[in-house]
Amino acid sequence: MKQVGPFRLDTGEPSGAWTLVVSAAAILAAFVAAGGIFWAYGLNPIHAYAVIVHDTLLAPGAFPEIFRPTIPLLLAGVGLVLAFRAQFYNIGAEGQLLAGTVAATGVALFTPIRGPATLPAMFAAGFVAGALWGLLPSVLKLRLNVNEVITTLMMNYIALYFVSWLVTGPWKGPSVRGFAYTDQFPASAWLPLIPGTRIHWPTLVLGVVLAAAFAVLLARTRLGFAIRVQGENPEAARYVGIDALRTTLLVMLLSGGAAGLAGVGEVAGVHHKLLDPNQVSLGYGYTAIIVAWLARGKPLATLITATLFGLIYSSGDVMQVSLQMPFRVTSVFNGLILFFLIGSERLLAYRIRWAPAGAPASAPASAVAPSPPSGEDP
Amino acid sequence: MSWLIDVLIRGVAFGTPLLWGALGEIYAERAGIVNLGVEGMMILGAFFAFAVAQVSGHPVLGLAVAAVIGGSAALLHAFVSVTLRANQFVSGLALSMLGLGLAGLLGRGWEGSPLRTPLPELSVLPPLGALLAIVLWILLYHTRWGIILRTTGESPAAADAMGVNVSLVRYLAVIFGGMLAGVAGGFLSVAYRPSWTEGMTGGIGWIVVALAIFASWDPLRAVGAALLFGTLFHLSFRLQAWIPPEPLQMMPFAFTILVLAVTARWGARKWQAPEALGLPYLRGER
Repeated sequence: MKQVGPFRLDTGEPSGAWTLVVSAAAILAAFVAAGGIFWAYGLNPIHAYAVIVHDTLLAPGAFPEIFRPTIPLLLAGVGLVLAFRAQFYNIGAEGQLLAGTVAATGVALFTPIRGPATLPAMFAAGFVAGALWGLLPSVLKLRLNVNEVITTLMMNYIALYFVSWLVTGPWKGPSVRGFAYTDQFPASAWLPLIPGTRIHWPTLVLGVVLAAAFAVLLARTRLGFAIRVQGENPEAARYVGIDALRTTLLVMLLSGGAAGLAGVGEVAGVHHKLLDPNQVSLGYGYTAIIVAWLARGKPLATLITATLFGLIYSSGDVMQVSLQMPFRVTSVFNGLILFFLIGSERLLAYRIRWAPAGAPASAPASAVAPSPPSGEDP
Repeated sequence: MSWLIDVLIRGVAFGTPLLWGALGEIYAERAGIVNLGVEGMMILGAFFAFAVAQVSGHPVLGLAVAAVIGGSAALLHAFVSVTLRANQFVSGLALSMLGLGLAGLLGRGWEGSPLRTPLPELSVLPPLGALLAIVLWILLYHTRWGIILRTTGESPAAADAMGVNVSLVRYLAVIFGGMLAGVAGGFLSVAYRPSWTEGMTGGIGWIVVALAIFASWDPLRAVGAALLFGTLFHLSFRLQAWIPPEPLQMMPFAFTILVLAVTARWGARKWQAPEALGLPYLRGER
């Protein structure tokens, strides 16, 4: 506890409002820093941001474009929230997403399933594929204590080369000459769009439902309790008899499965074929890490954070088209935002109170900083 | 016979960036700090080494600048993870994203043209890397500095009680690691493939992190590990006549997982990670 002028600095669990203020300030600081980089690049940052705001929010037809990248970010992000809550650092959403695209393509092109059953079958296959792709790292972690950050990352590259092998080799469409992609999906494998936009709404609905379902799961079920205890205090989890193996496996199946669903949405709702992995997923699996981190352990908060990063993706498009910058500039935003977010986390341990001199001091709270991914429950 | 020698030579060439990167990561992790930003520091090193070498005509100057850039990028990670005591894994990821983004942004106009004055691939950095590994090994196990570094990573509280400035040691180790990662990236763009293409590190940075674990944080073992990985990568490319390239490009990543699993299963007990690896240190906390 510290007195600074008329304010008093306490330590303790951060309030929701304070978390929001600190997060918003961190994002703002990241935008300012990115502005500095634009300026060094020879671009007037104020002009750049004016163009971005106009072309992403105000120009006709621009606003719905934000939600196209939001969809995969939401699905993958909400899965990662769950994994992070269990202290499992799943960095492999990108590979799990790609596994989902492969499974969905397999169903659409190489099975006789047609008609109204096609899309549900694709989503089911995508979920299973994503879940299975996350299985090996979780088993290695649980059985041999192999660091999951490394293995999930490696699995991303394996998935990337696997997809690029499929589209240049065995799955290369007989009807496309010279290009590395599969044949187009039959019409029954196309997701419907909201008229006048390119938003494949069934996937968006799925993302919202999943966010709500995971929130309920965390707050109200036995598994949710196990995840929370294990994430906050693995020792305690062992004492109360929580099966770490079972919990982590289930979490990873759900987390990988959610990312797999995101992949299905991309091929069934956007591309209608499987193509180069770097075109199918514009790094959604990596950005989803920030989406989940910013949501601070709350599945429902990903609805907001995924939209925010949808906005950044659509800014990336704008900067490519209107400002002639490479799309990679989104990685600059992503990296800076992530840096400022974790850098500002120390602030969350403090609460500022209005306390003029002479006011009675309250009992000091315990000086324990909250561990980053575990927020309070909704 | 000549075939075998050829394979080994290519193994050395490909193993060199892995070795430089891994030596740096080993030192950072010995001080207790994981740096997952290797991929970002390497790509920044690759770009700056290429740009400086192209403009000045001196590839060695390019490598020196790459070291400075890698070290500065690592300074950011050190500040966030040591001073702000934030999550090291996430900070490293942020550094990788930022590095890849910045290199892509800055390098746009430099794409495609070959380097006018490349550095010989085998005569400079590979032997220097081996020498460096020996020096770092001696420093680590046979000097007072090494004891300080290892104690900082094993038990920062004990180091603190010895009168060691834990934060300073960690800063220096992380910055040193970043400098080596910068050189490793520079090797790619001025010697291994003397040109600049966006994303030319292609995931090598992540393999470097795995290599530090595989070498069980020992600089000398890193030489063998880098050589083994380099040779295997090259062998997998040799098969290109019979197998399409993509499954072969997967090999290093699949092999890394396999190696980590095997090491974890059958590795000796004493080859374990520094006790305080990944944990921030605050005086007074246990």
